[in-house]
Amino acid sequence: MTTAEPIVQVKNVKKIYPGNVEALSDITLDFPQGKLTTLLGPSGCGKTTLLKIIAGLLDASSGQVLVEGKPVNGPGPERAFVFQDFALMPWATVLRNVAFGLELTGVPKSQREAVAEKYIAKVGLKGFELKYPHELSGGMRQRVGLARALSVDAKVLLMDEPFSAVDEQTRRKFQEDMLGLVANEKKTFIFVTHSIEEAVYVSDRIVLLHRRPSRVSAIIEPNISRHLDPEAIRREPQYLDAVENIWQSLKKFLD
Amino acid sequence: MLIRGIRIPLFSSLILWALLWEIVGHTEAGLILPPLSKIFVRILEIVPTPSFATALYITGKSFFLGTSIAIAIGIPVGVLMGRVKTADALILPWVNLFLSAPLSALVPVIMVLAGIGEVTIVLTVVLFALWIIVLNARAGVLNIPPSLVEMARSFGATGFQAFVNIYVWAALPEILAGIRLGMIRAVKGVVIGQLLVSIVGFGTLFEIYASHFLMEHFWALILVLFVFAFLLNEALAWTERRFSYYASSR
Amino acid sequence: MSLSKTTLLKLSSFVLVLLAWEYAGRSGLSLALPSFSETLSALIEMLADGSLGVAFGKTLQPLGLGLLISIFLGVGLGIFMGLKEFGEWLFAPIFIVAQAAPLAALIPVLTFAYGIGTTAKVFTVCIMAMPILVLNTMGAVRNAPGSLIEMCKSFLGTRSQVVLKVILPAASPLIFVGLRLGCASGFIGIVLAELLITPTGIGDLISYNQSVAEYAKMYAAILSIIVTSVLFIELLEKTEYALFSPQKRV
Repeated sequence: MTTAEPIVQVKNVKKIYPGNVEALSDITLDFPQGKLTTLLGPSGCGKTTLLKIIAGLLDASSGQVLVEGKPVNGPGPERAFVFQDFALMPWATVLRNVAFGLELTGVPKSQREAVAEKYIAKVGLKGFELKYPHELSGGMRQRVGLARALSVDAKVLLMDEPFSAVDEQTRRKFQEDMLGLVANEKKTFIFVTHSIEEAVYVSDRIVLLHRRPSRVSAIIEPNISRHLDPEAIRREPQYLDAVENIWQSLKKFLD
Repeated sequence: MLIRGIRIPLFSSLILWALLWEIVGHTEAGLILPPLSKIFVRILEIVPTPSFATALYITGKSFFLGTSIAIAIGIPVGVLMGRVKTADALILPWVNLFLSAPLSALVPVIMVLAGIGEVTIVLTVVLFALWIIVLNARAGVLNIPPSLVEMARSFGATGFQAFVNIYVWAALPEILAGIRLGMIRAVKGVVIGQLLVSIVGFGTLFEIYASHFLMEHFWALILVLFVFAFLLNEALAWTERRFSYYASSR
Repeated sequence: MSLSKTTLLKLSSFVLVLLAWEYAGRSGLSLALPSFSETLSALIEMLADGSLGVAFGKTLQPLGLGLLISIFLGVGLGIFMGLKEFGEWLFAPIFIVAQAAPLAALIPVLTFAYGIGTTAKVFTVCIMAMPILVLNTMGAVRNAPGSLIEMCKSFLGTRSQVVLKVILPAASPLIFVGLRLGCASGFIGIVLAELLITPTGIGDLISYNQSVAEYAKMYAAILSIIVTSVLFIELLEKTEYALFSPQKRV
């Protein structure tokens, strides 16, 4: 069996906040290329902190993160971030928001707008290019954030609880769309969520994180067949068993 | 602000500016801006004098009288506007007008109608302070969550009971903010009034010092006034903070 | 309440007050209280013979200059203070004290330093307008949403890109509010300057007519400056709404 090489490697990462709050204590992890790995854990367990350290938006107190073998010391073109609260500029149109990553790296206007239009269509927002964020629903805004991250053609997509700010129905639809996205885009996804069902549904690999100070508690590979109908997956025994197992593990940490 | 991890307190830059003032005072500009040290000496000299005490008394009287009138009129009007939409539609345009208009232009009107004396000053203070108090009281009442009102009704409270037990408390943070802002404007009002009328209170002293080029005395008086205004603001802001803990959870 | 009903009440409010003014003027309450119609005809007279226009010209010069200086200096300083913590530490205390203080007391000092000319008046406008402008701008820049700044950094934005493409656009609506408030304060400053330093322009019209008991003309002059100020601020508000529609704000 060939193992995919880890495109992202986290080595002995610790994060201590001022006031001696230890958020992460000695995390060592590998993220295989082309797969979707989820960081799952209770609230406050540092999963977003870890994600932002990988993204280069936060510094680790000690330890190292390697992306494609090179150490991380800030954001880079090979990583793109999808924000929980969408982080759209309310004064800019959908088109400008999606093209923003390309705008910052100096891509000429006509070129970046063409790329943006392609991804706007891909996330299902064709026709909304000239709308402003306030004219869109929560779900649509998140799709803009996703299109923006896809537009810069990064190898690693980092997603911070991307579906937590939308309603339940939209969330389920997003999860189903995620499966299609992972299958079609040859990218590596690192996903953060606190929802067990969501993690089992979309992930190739789930990393369970301990409550703060966080450690890797377990790594689970749900191994759910991707050839199934997206809706049928939710009734699969493998899916249900995985959810139940993880729930039992995490239950111990509830106060 | 942090320098190498040591937290430097807010307002500590004023010490730097005070030093600068001292240095500038010893240069040619010292004619207009005497050294801070000399001004401090003058403050100690002036404050115990009877003329200062008289000026302070007159000014203080006008200030507190004017502020009390503004509060006594302003809060009920503001509450009325918040509760009764018709009153709001009738009065709000005027409140907004007087909030942004240069009120000092109206002081001559007060002068020709009420004469040159304390009454004019008191009316000026009321004119300056009233509108922001009204606006804030109105905002406080409008901010009362409808569910609180319904709750009061569902337990059978009369209008008066509801007002005293719930509305006043719910609107208090904004009302206190309005009083604070009103008092700051009142200080400006009393000074402007006295400068324009110039035979009452501190206005008199300013006139005397300015016409005799007694710059040290002049700045001494200004500092006393400015410090008073600042301390008043801080004291009121502190009181406001004590009540604002529930402001955001209403 | 429907928009038309509100407008109707607003209009009737104005009419009521004008009627009350007319009645009070005619009833001879005070010799110094002309009726509204008398004031209006005095206004038309002064417009026709050009005296009002000339006066405004003289007033608007130091006002315009003062406002321009205040805006450029104030917004620039405010942005610097918002971006650099050192800038805030150094300058903010001065402006915070200035906001609470009765700055009008400084006008005699300005007169002493710069004489009774345009310079002193320009400076008066500046000291009145700048504190609120600077503090608002600083606050707007400082409170730019962290999430958007982080997003910009995550897509490889440089520091200047973060400032120009995210912080400044996000802060613009609030900076504009500060501008509007600063201009209102500037109007207050010029009126004070004209009444206290040396009457030219509108201040002259007010003081002169007051001294010769031409009360209708005096009131007309006051009315004209108040109306101008209010209309100007209204205009700024409309511009603000057009430029920064509330939904496109953070």
